[in-house]
Amino acid sequence: MSSTITPELRTDDLIGSGQEGTIADQVRAYLQRLRGGEMGALPAIAGFVVLSILFSVLSPFFLTERNFANLLTQAATLVMLAMALVFVILLGEIDLSAGVTSGVAVSLFVVLSNPGGLNMNWILALLVSLVSGVLIGLFIGFFVARVGIPSFVVTLGLFLGFQGLQLIIIGSGGLYRIQQPEILAIQNSNLPVWGGWVMLAVMLLISLGTSVLDRRRRTRAGVLNRTISLMWIRLGVIAVVGGFIVNLLNQNRGTGFLAVSGVPIVVPITLTILWLGTVVLDRTKFGRYIYAIGGNAEAARRGGIKVIGIKWAAFAVCSTLAVVSGVFSASKVGSVDAAFGRDIVLSGVAAAVVGGVSLFGGRGRLIHGAVGALVIAVITNGLGLLNLPGGVNFLVTGGVLILAATVDAVSRVRAGGALTRR
Amino acid sequence: MDAPLIELTDVTKSFGPVSVLKGVSLTAFPGRVTALVGDNGAGKSTLIKGLAGVQPYDGGEVRFAGEPVVLHTPREASRLGIEVVYQDLALCDNLDIVQNMFLGREETSFGTFDEGEMERQASETLRSLSVRTVKSVRQKVSSLSGGQRQTVAIARSVLKSARVVILDEPTAALGVAQTEQVLSLVRRLADSGVAVIMISHNLIDVFAVADHINVLYLGQMVASVETSKTTSDDVVGYITGSKTYVGASE
Repeated sequence: MSSTITPELRTDDLIGSGQEGTIADQVRAYLQRLRGGEMGALPAIAGFVVLSILFSVLSPFFLTERNFANLLTQAATLVMLAMALVFVILLGEIDLSAGVTSGVAVSLFVVLSNPGGLNMNWILALLVSLVSGVLIGLFIGFFVARVGIPSFVVTLGLFLGFQGLQLIIIGSGGLYRIQQPEILAIQNSNLPVWGGWVMLAVMLLISLGTSVLDRRRRTRAGVLNRTISLMWIRLGVIAVVGGFIVNLLNQNRGTGFLAVSGVPIVVPITLTILWLGTVVLDRTKFGRYIYAIGGNAEAARRGGIKVIGIKWAAFAVCSTLAVVSGVFSASKVGSVDAAFGRDIVLSGVAAAVVGGVSLFGGRGRLIHGAVGALVIAVITNGLGLLNLPGGVNFLVTGGVLILAATVDAVSRVRAGGALTRR
Repeated sequence: MDAPLIELTDVTKSFGPVSVLKGVSLTAFPGRVTALVGDNGAGKSTLIKGLAGVQPYDGGEVRFAGEPVVLHTPREASRLGIEVVYQDLALCDNLDIVQNMFLGREETSFGTFDEGEMERQASETLRSLSVRTVKSVRQKVSSLSGGQRQTVAIARSVLKSARVVILDEPTAALGVAQTEQVLSLVRRLADSGVAVIMISHNLIDVFAVADHINVLYLGQMVASVETSKTTSDDVVGYITGSKTYVGASE
């Protein structure tokens, strides 16, 4: 590393790939990326930690097992919605109708499945509801990708129109109670104590398996692997943090005679979708092309990528995951009315931005949406415990959003004016 | 000299009543840099788009390695090994070098990316072009300089055994040192056996790297001359139409 200027490099010198070097080199490279403005979810994670510490100082109830489980189930709807939106935000598009899409689909579900309604088998009704999500996504995709209308306009139109559709499905002033125990269980029941540990073991096994397979592929191709100690550190962090959380959730948090303990069922469902979505975005052509289109649609087109088809599919994925978030919400609230899902969509967009997803497209990951949603959920949860007036919640959430966007913009300007280019 | 790899004979192209190419002929040889110069509106881009299969010619003959071919789609051109590096480069800032080089033609196994394989091929391609300005193939393209971007775009074009590489104004937006880098890369590209066709406005660059210069003037090829047998003044004259090329005999 002493002489950086070598007059004649040998032509067979390998070009680096950032994988070489010891842990210290890797840490240094990571810090350099941070300084270069690639902060990822780090500001959001820091925000989450700071807010958690703040609230646990201010309220004796914040740092209790009961509130922690509560926080997770409160956050689940927003986490899922933010993850849904990431798929279209990465394209540089937006889906303002994601909330009402979930409203329409869940309304369809209750009307079809409730004993007072058509009394359809609940699994079939849930399938119909998810398929309606796919169809709505394809409908949006048609106007955005095929006709070429800005997604803001298309989905704003649907945002207005679907409120009417929902009113028609539910009936004016109507309110349906969720009666399927399976749906209610998502947010209100927990895994058995051993189930939480099995979940953690599966996570560790998947992480280990993926790392080992990746390393084997790289070795076969004849390129360097990162030092293996990084893999063990990663597994160690998952084991310690995951173990702490599972253990916390396995404590009895019941208030009465009934013992309540275990990981809420919504957690493994969300983690599974997060994992599947991340695999799709990071490791498949569909995911890579979403990033490429978000970065430079013309380059993607010249590379032979079917831009229209990819956009179409991304909108379908977004709407479908939005329906899943609606199901989480219905399970938590326990009922569905004509305004169901109307107010949440902008919080979902805010969550993605707070988590580090760029609204210009091409930058951000699925987990960023999830972390951003946790930050917003912790604000709502903490301020609720402090008995502050409701207005404060909105003010703080808005402030955090602008703060997050500022951190992102400033770091990028410092990194070399990427802000001016886009 | 080897046989020509590309032979265009009397190709024509009109847009409605406007005839843009009025019977143009052009040859390009493997291992040589063939420059294509001409003023704005002379028909350079139209000529190139026909070769790339983006805008097929109306008439005339195209021969590739001696065989008559039809180029109606970019896919057909790319199957023959004809690659175009456009002036605006078409790179994705948010992706790294490997991801950009493989964009649209990723290596997969079991439905997921084989990142190691792509990384090796990208690294080997850059190495074969003696590129040494790039520190890591996993750098994001947004962190690269203009010259490095041009390098990545050229490396992308030769990744899958290209035989003809068409460069549209490769040095247009570059500083002095970076122009130097890119020109020597163009030279190495030709030396590796590729037929290079380079469009440029900059005659200094053309004289620095081209073996042969073709001048388009109002849709006609008014001069086709060895670089060593002409001067910058003459070429300027052909471009502006103030001089007539006479030496067809070599």
